[in-house]
Amino acid sequence: MMRVLAGLAAGLLFGAGLSVSAMINPAKVLNFLDIAGTWDPSLLLVMAGAVAVTFAGYRLVLRRDRPLLETSFAVPTRRDLDPALIGGAALFGIGWGLGGYCPGPAISGLAYGAAETLAFVGAMVAGMLTWRLARRAWPTSAAAAAGKG
Amino acid sequence: MTEFTPVSALLGGAMIGAAAVLLLALLGRIAGISGIVGSLLPPAPAADWPWRAAFVAGLIAGPVLVAWASGTAPAIWFPMGLPWIALAGFLVGVGTMIGSGCTSGHGVCGIARLAPRSLVATGVFMASAIAVVFIIRHGIGG
Repeated sequence: MMRVLAGLAAGLLFGAGLSVSAMINPAKVLNFLDIAGTWDPSLLLVMAGAVAVTFAGYRLVLRRDRPLLETSFAVPTRRDLDPALIGGAALFGIGWGLGGYCPGPAISGLAYGAAETLAFVGAMVAGMLTWRLARRAWPTSAAAAAGKG
Repeated sequence: MTEFTPVSALLGGAMIGAAAVLLLALLGRIAGISGIVGSLLPPAPAADWPWRAAFVAGLIAGPVLVAWASGTAPAIWFPMGLPWIALAGFLVGVGTMIGSGCTSGHGVCGIARLAPRSLVATGVFMASAIAVVFIIRHGIGG
């Protein structure tokens, strides 16, 4: 129960932050990406604010032996740069540039019920599902393509 | 055209960072939205799915609370029609699974940890997104 409340609290704060920073508006994101046109640097400051707080907060938190409600921290440890990381990030960027939505803002916008938001999230979940099922069906080739990720 | 909004951008960004710190402090997890959502899906949903589902519920409810508190609904504008938006969503879904993260997991949490994989991934998805917007807005009859 405490873990569910923790997840809910973090999600609420995250979604509120996306809304306050106006990142749930794809136009805002696309104008950040349009460096040769109607450039709006807001997203840069959203990332700067988020990274600064996370940078400082993570250092404080990771001094502890364990999180408050779990027995250990689950922080990624891989450091290798594999083709899946690069290729996946490139594909994600193409979709991000096309739609102006990344996963957080798209889900945060669901409550407003726009057909575009529903279509984006539906297709995004389908894309995630496709990859997860493909990895289950062809574990070796998918594992070779994506490492253990 | 959208206005540059430095104050609300920094404030909202700080709230996103605080949410990431809260998740690490309480549950020891990285606040990567694509990872949290992806691991809710078949064929093998994560055993710890309840907090993940609660996080997604909070993510949806957060903007509603802000709209209620401020008395204004946020502006949401879309660049193109449904088929393109759906294609964009599919690419984001597949790409974030293959590349193990998105703007939050790599772009915020990973960069804050100075993780080399996240620094590279963020550079790559920023570059490909900027290239796509350039082609659409300035390349094709722009």
